Amino acid sequence: MEKQKNAHNKKKKSPVNREFTVVAYVFFILFLAMMAYLVYFQVVKSERFINSPYNSRQNLFSEHVIRGEIRTADGHVIAKTTVAEDKTETREYPYGRLFAHVAGYAVNGKSGLENQYNFSLLRSHAFFLEQFANDLSDEKNIGDNLVTTLDYELQSAAYEALGGYDGAVVVMEPETGKILAMVSKPDYDPNTVSQNWEEINQEGSTVLFNRATQGQYAPGSVFKIFTTLEYYREHKGTQDDYSFTCSGEYEYEGQTIHCAGNEIHGTEDLRASFANSCNSSYANLSLSLDQEQFRSLCDSLLFRRELPIALESGVSSISISSGNSNSMIMETGIGQGKTLVSPLHMLLVTSAIANDGVLMTPYLADHVENYKGVLVESNQPKEYGALLSKDEAALLQDYMRAAVEEGTAGKLNGQSYTAYGKTGSAQVSDSTDETNAWFVGYAQKEGKNDIAIAVIVEDSGYGSTYAVPIAKKVFDVYYR
Amino acid sequence: MVHLIVEASKYLMIFLFLLYTYQCFSVFRYKEQSAKQIRIYRTQRILLYAIHLDAYLVLYLTTQNVQMIGFYLMQVVLISAIFLLYHFLYRNASQLLLNNMCMLLCIGFIVLTRLSFARSLRQFFYLTAGTAAALIIPVFLQNKGNFRRLTWFYALAGIAALAIVALVGKTSRGAKLSISIGGISIQMSEFVKILFVFFIASMLYQKHNLRQVVLTSVIAAVFVLLLVASRDLGGALLYFVAYLVMIYAATKKPAYFIGGLGGMIAASAVGYRLFSHVKERVAAWKNPLSVYENAGFQVSQSLFAIGTGGWFGLGMNQGMPNKIPVVEKDFIFSAIAEELGIVFALCLIMVCLSCFLMFINIAMRMSDPFYKLVALGLGTIYAMQVFLTIGGAIKFIPSTGVTLPLVSYGGSSLLSTMILFGIIQGLYQMPAALPKQSYENAQYKDGKEIKKNGKTKKRAQ
Repeated sequence: MEKQKNAHNKKKKSPVNREFTVVAYVFFILFLAMMAYLVYFQVVKSERFINSPYNSRQNLFSEHVIRGEIRTADGHVIAKTTVAEDKTETREYPYGRLFAHVAGYAVNGKSGLENQYNFSLLRSHAFFLEQFANDLSDEKNIGDNLVTTLDYELQSAAYEALGGYDGAVVVMEPETGKILAMVSKPDYDPNTVSQNWEEINQEGSTVLFNRATQGQYAPGSVFKIFTTLEYYREHKGTQDDYSFTCSGEYEYEGQTIHCAGNEIHGTEDLRASFANSCNSSYANLSLSLDQEQFRSLCDSLLFRRELPIALESGVSSISISSGNSNSMIMETGIGQGKTLVSPLHMLLVTSAIANDGVLMTPYLADHVENYKGVLVESNQPKEYGALLSKDEAALLQDYMRAAVEEGTAGKLNGQSYTAYGKTGSAQVSDSTDETNAWFVGYAQKEGKNDIAIAVIVEDSGYGSTYAVPIAKKVFDVYYR
Repeated sequence: MVHLIVEASKYLMIFLFLLYTYQCFSVFRYKEQSAKQIRIYRTQRILLYAIHLDAYLVLYLTTQNVQMIGFYLMQVVLISAIFLLYHFLYRNASQLLLNNMCMLLCIGFIVLTRLSFARSLRQFFYLTAGTAAALIIPVFLQNKGNFRRLTWFYALAGIAALAIVALVGKTSRGAKLSISIGGISIQMSEFVKILFVFFIASMLYQKHNLRQVVLTSVIAAVFVLLLVASRDLGGALLYFVAYLVMIYAATKKPAYFIGGLGGMIAASAVGYRLFSHVKERVAAWKNPLSVYENAGFQVSQSLFAIGTGGWFGLGMNQGMPNKIPVVEKDFIFSAIAEELGIVFALCLIMVCLSCFLMFINIAMRMSDPFYKLVALGLGTIYAMQVFLTIGGAIKFIPSTGVTLPLVSYGGSSLLSTMILFGIIQGLYQMPAALPKQSYENAQYKDGKEIKKNGKTKKRAQ
């Protein structure tokens, strides 16, 4: 533009035209900003729109590309497209139900990785001369493969450990954010989704629902991690002075909170209260907490917000306010009340504790490669942010270790690995005795990466009885 | 095989258009009217015909519709006729502006034909009418040079036309935009914007004391408020910005411009509270996917189209541009980006920018303050319209429902833009518009002498 103007102004450069120049510059800058935004949109923001399930344009690519494969990190093919002689394509899932929710399906709409990475699977980065030849002969190109972070052995272990129960198991590496296993039950066979569509979608059926990320459960005693953290923040340095004598139940203004099985824990400090998962002690200390501050703590620990994962996920809810009744405050403090969380949410908080307070963004897609194995794009571990300070993480690490060594997660004690954790047994509602068993924790072993796990077993019983053994089976397989 | 040709053409068209765009700016390295410049303009025309041919080849191959060939030939004839017409009637016409105008028209035809053959055919007849109008303009401008004295005619005619629309206009998509005369739907504000610019120019080219500015502002406010009453907020914005720029250029007081911008922001805030459809559009701008089912649908579809198309596009007839509501008007840019690619779309913005800069360039080269203001006002309208429609389509700003001049479908829009280009090219032919010594002196004298100077001018004509 400089030139454009100069060229013509040589003859007549007078102050008469100053305003014209200003106007020209203003619009010139506006146009440049608009062009810059378009480039920015394409580079940064377009992925979100391209990959949106609403974007029906993705399917245009299937006319020229054979959908790529989805694989586990250790090379097992969990979804592939086979082409028959008459060129009809079938999407096959060799491991059937094992990867049902996480891999998802690609007929009658899409879900799971099939949905989130639809666009990657429908693009081909085959060698360009080969694509050229295919175009000439009207053959389809072969789509790129998605290599996930999933570990076949761990996925199988988690799947078998959960057995016939409904519920979910999620495993991740706290130091990287890699999701290693994700199981949800009841499940379905992705090979027959289309044929059985009516059945799996009938009223009341939740088989398509990924409980690991979308499930909404009362956290029960697992929530004591949050309550403990709030107490620590308000009594930093003097937290060890806390003392409470448990008589199996705690009564305040006519409201009674019972310990699990009415067990009498006797005199305990905060660490022992945590390890024993003592409801009475936590009801007691909840009443002393600054509710407003507690709420902002929960919000900073991923309550009431989208979880940072590229998969359908639920938003955890909680109701804390200084206006709450005392019984509500006590209920909330022990993980009942109106609180609902997803297993993935609890896993992320546990991972942050294991990783000295820093949460790594969880991810399932390790990299995309063309069908010959040439890398197209890869994901690197990314820090989401520090959820807790280092000393807070250290305190909770110590307490979670205590739960294993001398508390409710004792089944994990004395293994070749060092386990940490917190159990929970959450009442589903006031009207039934049905309880969901919870366990969240992590384990370490020299020479191996740490792994964190969240387990929920619906309608079973105590976390220590039903959820801990499942975690143990997964740890055993991983550290053997 | 067809797929391969589609793919190859995609890249070829991008390459040709990049070359064309580069020349829009590189041409200024050479002296005016030099042999080199003339050669570049000729190259541009060859590129234009090549892109046009390539696009229609693909359109024919992908649709196997023989009518495409006939329609293509009709367009070649019409575009060539426009070149010839300008060559004879607008002797001094800016070759660059002429090339750009025809380039934009060709791109418009290509995309419209892809979207709807029937619409494109209708557009062809509008363009024929527009060409006829362009034929008359220089004759008008040269023989009836007293355009500057029709101030109140512009105001009354403009206000009357907008008032009729506000009263009996047809409502579409929440705004009253057009009236129907004998079965033809006319979007008045497209034509009135030219009257509006002439009105302000004739008010301010001589006097710009406070009284005159206030009077101009009051009348301009009537125009803008009538558009607001019709809920044509994009149009209102367009008029208002043209008014601001012209006041600023005439008075040379940046304070007016900045004050006006402040007023605009305040007015936008009021509009946001007052109009539910403004609220919806802002919500759709902030996060279109969150309101996908309602207000966000259009913008989401537009962004799906642009994003999925990517840098190089999906290829002609390979995308789904018709999924975007009103794609042929407000969102034509998204259809272009989807199938021809973002690189092509960026070039398109550059070509529009080149047009605007030529408008300003022409405005600066003229000496007559009235014509200078007219050229500036029309240039501003053009640039603002491009900015609003493309900015809205790519979610840079909330969408306002304005068309992309020369490219979008619509007779009123096309015709008024052809007139707009014709006026600016035509003004440049005017003897009165050419540099004159008296003008330079007049600028720095006060009221009386300017008036005297005005008389001198009149005699000169």
